[in-house]
Amino acid sequence: MLTMQSLTCERGGNTLFQPLTMAIAAGEYVELMGDNGIGKSTLLRALAGLHSQFAGVFEASDSLYQGHRLGLDGLLTPIENLSWFAGLEEQVVPAQQILDTLQKVGVLAKAYDPCSRLSAGQQRRVAIARWMLSQRKLWLLDEPLTALDQTAQALMTQVIADHCSRGGVAICATHHAIEIPNKRTILLQASSEAVLT
Amino acid sequence: MIRGVFRREIQILFRAKGAVINPLAFLTLSTLLFVIAAPAFFYDGQQQPSSVASGILWTLVLLAQLMALDGMYRRDFDSGVLEQILVCAEVPFVAVLIRIFMQWASTGFIIVLCSPVLGFLLGISAHALPELMAGLLLGTPALSLLGSIGASVTVGFNRGGIVLALLVMPLFLPTLIFGADMIEAAEAGRSVMPQIYALSLISLVALAIAPFATLAGLKISLEIQ
Repeated sequence: MLTMQSLTCERGGNTLFQPLTMAIAAGEYVELMGDNGIGKSTLLRALAGLHSQFAGVFEASDSLYQGHRLGLDGLLTPIENLSWFAGLEEQVVPAQQILDTLQKVGVLAKAYDPCSRLSAGQQRRVAIARWMLSQRKLWLLDEPLTALDQTAQALMTQVIADHCSRGGVAICATHHAIEIPNKRTILLQASSEAVLT
Repeated sequence: MIRGVFRREIQILFRAKGAVINPLAFLTLSTLLFVIAAPAFFYDGQQQPSSVASGILWTLVLLAQLMALDGMYRRDFDSGVLEQILVCAEVPFVAVLIRIFMQWASTGFIIVLCSPVLGFLLGISAHALPELMAGLLLGTPALSLLGSIGASVTVGFNRGGIVLALLVMPLFLPTLIFGADMIEAAEAGRSVMPQIYALSLISLVALAIAPFATLAGLKISLEIQ
């Protein structure tokens, strides 16, 4: 599903972390840990194809990327945003399925409000609904726990666990461990160059 | 995917009407200001069409476009929609092309529809108005296409407006020259075919280059953020 060979990211000519070599198979959940600024987000962006300054080789396909910016348009309602995401992935999702998913994540009451009127946590919940509707196998999630309350955190853990049990892969950059069976943790280490500078 | 992207653009157009109204209001007001500031210049009472009117109109159209271009990708950039398009869309190129088309439809095309009134205000004679509209119809797509390149590169800057103007104004010059010349030729009763060919050529070349250049520009902007 995802292979990396001595992959490391660079920013402004500086190598961020020590090269990673690994293969991640279907059904695995991987947690990316490391200090602030070590390059967790940059690694995820590189895997998503948004960051081209990297050394090494990786192979990633069929990916879904969730950055700090959620990709929800503030002028559109959650329903419109979700059907736009579905269209982007060349699928057609029936309206009823979107409503059901919004109910599962607990923002059904806001389904017809523009997303700019939703709170930060509610917007995150809409983003989780988007993962649930997506057919993508490889989830690249950057700090997915941000702004979520206890129930939403439990819900998100369940969603990721379900995704992995269906043969998907999730990679999370996070500072708080998420309790999922068969977890694999990658601790990013500062590269020696970074230590010297 | 095309239908989904298109539907979203239309929904946004109807909810953020400022994108349509602002450039048009700017254009109308500045045209009126020119007329108020120097009425004798445009209406000298001798039925002699003023030779600067065409240049003024085209310059104002350029400035109105420039104003609209600054916000072309900003909202999508800030909300993360652009990232999602680049990661998820099968062909991000199509989404960019649709965005440019909608930008043109909401500014350039509306300007074309209103241009007879503006031309009339500036004292352009009635028999040249069809050529004025045709010139804008052929020329404004080039402004949206070329401007989109500049907008994609400057979207990451907080105040990209001036840099954007510096980047795209030189690209706008050929359109400005042939567009203004077309109105003058029509006023003088000359054939306007050369200008029609030139404007079409500029727009078509821009259509061939701009979507790819925009896509590259957006990738750079998302990387250096």
